[in-house]
Amino acid sequence: MSGNTILGVFAKSPLKPLEQHIRKVNECADLLPSFFVACTAGDWDKAEKIRKDISSLERAADTMKRDIRNELPGGIFMPVQRTDVLELVSQQDKIANKAKDISGRILGRKLVIPAELSDDFNSYLTRCIDAIKQAADAINELDDLLETGFRGREVKLVEKMIIELASIEDDTDFMQIKLRRALMAIEEGMNPVDVMFLYQIIEWVGDLADLAERVGARLEIMLAR
Amino acid sequence: MDILANYGSTLVIFAAIVGFIMAWGIGANDVANAMGTSVGSKALTIKQAIIIAMIFEFAGAYLAGGEVTSTIRKGIIDSSFYIDTPELLVFGMISALLAAGTWLLIASYMGWPVSTTHSIVGAIVGFSAIGVGVHTVDWGSVGGIVGSWIITPLIAGVFSFVIFNSAQKLIFDTDNPLDSAKKWVPLYMFLAGFVLSLVTIKKGLKHIGLNIGSAEGYMYAIGVAILVAVIGKFFISRLKFKESKNRRANYINVEKVFAVLMVITACGMAFAHGSNDVANAIGPLAAVVSIVGNDGEIASKAALAWWILPLGGIGIVAGLALFGHRVMKTIGTGITHLTPSRGFAAELAAACTVVVASGTGLPISTTQTLVGAVLGVGMARGIAAINLGVVRNIVVSWVVTLPVGAGLSIMFYWMIKGAFM
Repeated sequence: MSGNTILGVFAKSPLKPLEQHIRKVNECADLLPSFFVACTAGDWDKAEKIRKDISSLERAADTMKRDIRNELPGGIFMPVQRTDVLELVSQQDKIANKAKDISGRILGRKLVIPAELSDDFNSYLTRCIDAIKQAADAINELDDLLETGFRGREVKLVEKMIIELASIEDDTDFMQIKLRRALMAIEEGMNPVDVMFLYQIIEWVGDLADLAERVGARLEIMLAR
Repeated sequence: MDILANYGSTLVIFAAIVGFIMAWGIGANDVANAMGTSVGSKALTIKQAIIIAMIFEFAGAYLAGGEVTSTIRKGIIDSSFYIDTPELLVFGMISALLAAGTWLLIASYMGWPVSTTHSIVGAIVGFSAIGVGVHTVDWGSVGGIVGSWIITPLIAGVFSFVIFNSAQKLIFDTDNPLDSAKKWVPLYMFLAGFVLSLVTIKKGLKHIGLNIGSAEGYMYAIGVAILVAVIGKFFISRLKFKESKNRRANYINVEKVFAVLMVITACGMAFAHGSNDVANAIGPLAAVVSIVGNDGEIASKAALAWWILPLGGIGIVAGLALFGHRVMKTIGTGITHLTPSRGFAAELAAACTVVVASGTGLPISTTQTLVGAVLGVGMARGIAAINLGVVRNIVVSWVVTLPVGAGLSIMFYWMIKGAFM
């Protein structure tokens, strides 16, 4: 009951939930390396368990996304555009979905990354997850951005973070090209269907970094207004 | 005429009781609006807020409340039409008080945000226009009052926008926000102290027998402002900060400095509210007292009886003490992102606007001004989310208050008139 006071004027801030959401998404993608370790070791039970965790984190992120949408009815006046907030949260959510898809596909086909690619693949995966972490760090600046009225130094700092994110994404592109080549070199002796799926997994892991970069881009658009 | 002679003291006592109840309602109802932002941003606990409100509401009512009172008494109605029938004016003022008080009670019970200023102005216009005659209302000044309800939130919004932006530039967007805060926050304290004391000195101290020249007034105001800034600086120097390299921790420290400033602006807000809103309760009472005291002669310049301002002040404080607590509790702490640096900008802007406008004698709405100030901070991209739906409801309830206050007061007026004549 803040009906008869001035305080009803203050609505729930969407910025904090946005930060919490990307942290949850980051947590979800962070399970992928251990998932691949379990797969490479042939420990399918453990992989199954990790996949369950990924799935439940993805569901939690989904719930958060829905809450953010529901708590932004029309007539909320914010320092950032309402549409930008909604776009950003969908974009963030796609990362978790992608992580879930990757683990699901691998487990479903009991797909193992060939030993020849294993080192390259692991560093590629790590780099893509770095991109997600960088996006999460940038989003977590929203608090301080609000503190400084979305102006000045803080904005420049976030823009620097976004540039850094783009360069991480660049790295992953090169690594992806290298991985494809390496796979092409050994694909002769493998099950063709598995090879097709491996290509797809490589691409999906790359998508993680792409999506993270898009989160950064959305944040940039948000600040540009 | 006989009515006033026979029942004069009864009427005065009745008006005093109703006026006291009205003041009580103002204390209970408006305190959440005046002190809410301070409690919401955790600069003050509920207890501290109540204590500050009690001291400064009373001070504001007693020291600077005289000016608006005379407007409510004289500005809205053209009293020349009542020269032959002063008892009608007495009945009318009592019914206006009853009507506004009743409406305040109903609205508080329903949880609607209403403006005490609107209800009393609506009530006075109502009984005078319908009960007596449309020509008895000074429509020009009513138009001015309604206009001021639109203009003052605008002014407060512009003020808070400017204040907030200046704080951003001087403090937040610097290499070391904490050092900048320590340097600049006392200046804001000076500003708050200066505006409040200046208006008090210029407008308020006449009735307690202090006449201060204008040059002297400025000197005194600057003196008080320096004193406020020095005290504030002392408290800031006693703050303990967790030093850290992390920028986020730095902002938390900056907000601590602003919390000290917020205590001062909260005092200012309570003072402004007391000076402005006490008139809603005691303006009509003052009219009744002066008419009865002069045996039915409607004096154009009647001094306020000595006991009237304190009665209003005590009424407000009593309402605060007994019911304010409950109202404050409902505020809770559910506000996200209302930090002291935001709250101070809104409060300082609103307090300055109210005090300056009260100095011109216009009865303005404190709540409305504060809403304007909050929107100003929002425009400066300082508040995470403002619920425009609630703003709309507040505006609607303001608009509704006028006709309802008018209708109720017409009803009471006919009842009282029937009882005595």
